[in-house]
Amino acid sequence: MPERPEHPAALLTLSGVRKSFGAVQALVDGRLELRAGEVHALVGENGAGKSTLVKVLAGVHAPDEGFVALDGEPLHFAGPADARAAGIAVIYQEPTLFPDLSVAENIFMGRQPLRGLRRIDAAAMRRRTSELFARLGVRMDPDRPARGLSIADQQLVEIAKALSFDARVLVMDEPTAALSGVEVERLFAVVRSLREAGAAVLFISHRFDEVFALCQRVTVMRDGRWVSTDPTGDLTVGQVVRRMVGREVSQLYPKQETEAGDVVLEVRDLTRLGVFDAVSFDVRAGEIVALAGLVGAGRSEVVRAVFGVDRYDSGEVFVGRKRLPRGRPAVAMAAGVALVPEDRRQQGLVMELSIERNATLTRRWSLSRLGLLGPRVERLDAGRWLQRLRVKAGHLADPVSTLSGGNQQKVVLAKWLSTSPKVLIVDEPTRGIDVGTKAEVHRLMSQLAAEGVAVLMVSSELPEVLGMADRVLVMHEGRLVEEIARERADEESVMLAATGQGAGDAG
Amino acid sequence: MSTATRQAAPPPTRARGDVRGARRLFVVRELGIGLALVLLVAVTTIYNPRFLNAQSRKDLMLGATILVVLAVGQAIVVITRNVDLSVGSVLGLSAFATGKLFLAMSETPIVLAVLAGVGLGLLCGIVNGALIAVARVPALVVTLGTLYVFRGVDYSWAAGQQINAADMPSGFKRMGTATLLGIPVLALFAIAVLVFAGYYLRNYRSGREMYAIGSDPEAARLSGIPVGWRVFTAMAISGALAGLAGVLHAARFGTLDAAAGNGIELQVVAAVVVGGVAIFGGSGSVYGAALGALLLSTIGSALPVLRIDPFWQQAVVGALILAAIGLDRALTARIASRLRGRRARGA
Repeated sequence: MPERPEHPAALLTLSGVRKSFGAVQALVDGRLELRAGEVHALVGENGAGKSTLVKVLAGVHAPDEGFVALDGEPLHFAGPADARAAGIAVIYQEPTLFPDLSVAENIFMGRQPLRGLRRIDAAAMRRRTSELFARLGVRMDPDRPARGLSIADQQLVEIAKALSFDARVLVMDEPTAALSGVEVERLFAVVRSLREAGAAVLFISHRFDEVFALCQRVTVMRDGRWVSTDPTGDLTVGQVVRRMVGREVSQLYPKQETEAGDVVLEVRDLTRLGVFDAVSFDVRAGEIVALAGLVGAGRSEVVRAVFGVDRYDSGEVFVGRKRLPRGRPAVAMAAGVALVPEDRRQQGLVMELSIERNATLTRRWSLSRLGLLGPRVERLDAGRWLQRLRVKAGHLADPVSTLSGGNQQKVVLAKWLSTSPKVLIVDEPTRGIDVGTKAEVHRLMSQLAAEGVAVLMVSSELPEVLGMADRVLVMHEGRLVEEIARERADEESVMLAATGQGAGDAG
Repeated sequence: MSTATRQAAPPPTRARGDVRGARRLFVVRELGIGLALVLLVAVTTIYNPRFLNAQSRKDLMLGATILVVLAVGQAIVVITRNVDLSVGSVLGLSAFATGKLFLAMSETPIVLAVLAGVGLGLLCGIVNGALIAVARVPALVVTLGTLYVFRGVDYSWAAGQQINAADMPSGFKRMGTATLLGIPVLALFAIAVLVFAGYYLRNYRSGREMYAIGSDPEAARLSGIPVGWRVFTAMAISGALAGLAGVLHAARFGTLDAAAGNGIELQVVAAVVVGGVAIFGGSGSVYGAALGALLLSTIGSALPVLRIDPFWQQAVVGALILAAIGLDRALTARIASRLRGRRARGA
């Protein structure tokens, strides 16, 4: 057993952890060393084995080889309950709450305070929930059902759950992916106070500014293997990225200069009462236009209305001078509009279907002969597109749910790009995707624009907006408040407009 | 960037009133069935006052007893996002076994007969639960299979034989008609089962975990709930209650053949759905399911009194199920929008 405590304060160690699923080796050599009172970052491309490592820590997967040790004592988890009993709390990428049950019950499920005859002491449960929320500085009714909570609030409930059993190790798998700026700040404050209380926090994120702001040490993984662990102070973003991808990322935003052509997409006074108001803009062929703004500003709602998924109350949408009827996505598709949605799991993919079927779903009619869709046609065609987008997949007939997040996003892109759209609308194209894939998606968008596609991009990541867009349209509370040309766009001007403090010199 | 966003969204707080309102809507759900029941009884009684005399009241309660017992078991199973279609066959098997037991040993104490019936049902439930847990086949498929298997066992055992009321010991038959403070003894069984099950689901960890499993099975697994074991338990409970229902059936009717309880499983599922237990698990209560059972059996008795063609009874039940489902959808949408509060003003 290669047991060697590298540091006296090592609270939790993972050594030589290996885990395969059938032929797929998810983890080849997983290593990790968490110390009490530190926030430790775990970074790596999608498919690098981070999520598998988390699930080993959580007791969901038993490692094929290697071990997990707490305080130097090797642990064997028979299931998630064992890991929790050992003081390891995991907050998953997608919160795992019970929508029908109250917030208090969600926090104490399986560990409810008891009174006589092993009955649940509901009053104590409610009181302790209120205490936890008070500690976190949140105001939430312990009795309200979890249904309808925002992602940020759901995460707070998960953190309260971790606090409730005095977790010594807190694992957070991309907790900030769906949060707005304020919510991220609040989460960080909570994490810092946990660290000061002596907990070890494992923080997984694709956002380097967060990693460097919050974490003391960073572990890099690649292809299921441990690469390095260093204090964050000794590293630069460039070094970390190189270790993650194992090569130089040629250019983070490979924007090609293009000539803008004719107006392809024209939106006039689009209004949906209470959601967005009199939104007008044009997108020209060969142009990438970013729709920026804070979460909840109505950006996704606008593009969904343009595509016809959502209704709108008034206004007009033209594609190539032809007016689109409202609420008819099929007509929009026929006119050459493609929408890559924000939530790929819910709206972009049919998770149970195979990779190839998902990739060809938009063209199931044009690919079929005599009304029949042959598996060979489907496979050949899907194979071509997935290769072009460099999708990492074991077998094309596997369900799409077996792919990592970044590869799933590529399948969604393949599905829409294969329709050869004139207008490509992408909603948060790189959310939860690693650096390498991000660069590929960006390169692809840039290339499409160069080929004359009009690209409309909704994004919450400022560097992406500034790096990719020819023009930035900024929304604030349902209104289009400012249009900023590429030359004038910087972090400050976009943020000011997004928070409703713009100079008001809209173009 | 943080300075720019700092002033944006205040910490999310919701008016307590909204949440209270949401909870009230849930209560309304069970109240609605109660109201429909009261209305039905009132209208029928106005039409024919004898509908509520002592004998008729007793018949109503007796008529609902078996359905209520089955509905309580079914509700527990449905709450975990499963279903038990074999309850009718288990009832038939248990009822026939009870008759056989008395034929073989007419001196058998009633307590022992009840325990034997419950035990046999429990065994059937364990078979169901084990098949679901081991073979990892959905409950719908497993219990559809055991529905025919158990019934087949019942038929081959009975081999066309019919047990007559005359063969039953008089003490057992008396239990079928006796009353205590105006309530039939058999109905007391149902009430006891209902109160126990309701209290268990509300106040015990394992009970709450059944709701959690139905609400999100994957999340339940991740939070360390022994999902397989709990579903197994739910199936076992449902089987045991179906066994009890078989004994009650034997006591009430006396005359038994292998066809007892044929087709009752769909009525039970209907009662549970009408009673507001979501078919996808996670919400509802055994009280609602019991009210649903009471409503369905009362409709059965009321329609002849109202001189409505019994032919219409099934249509009424069908309409009720559709109404219940529609109401559920409407309530869910309403609650969801209330809980989400006003649109995120997060900008």
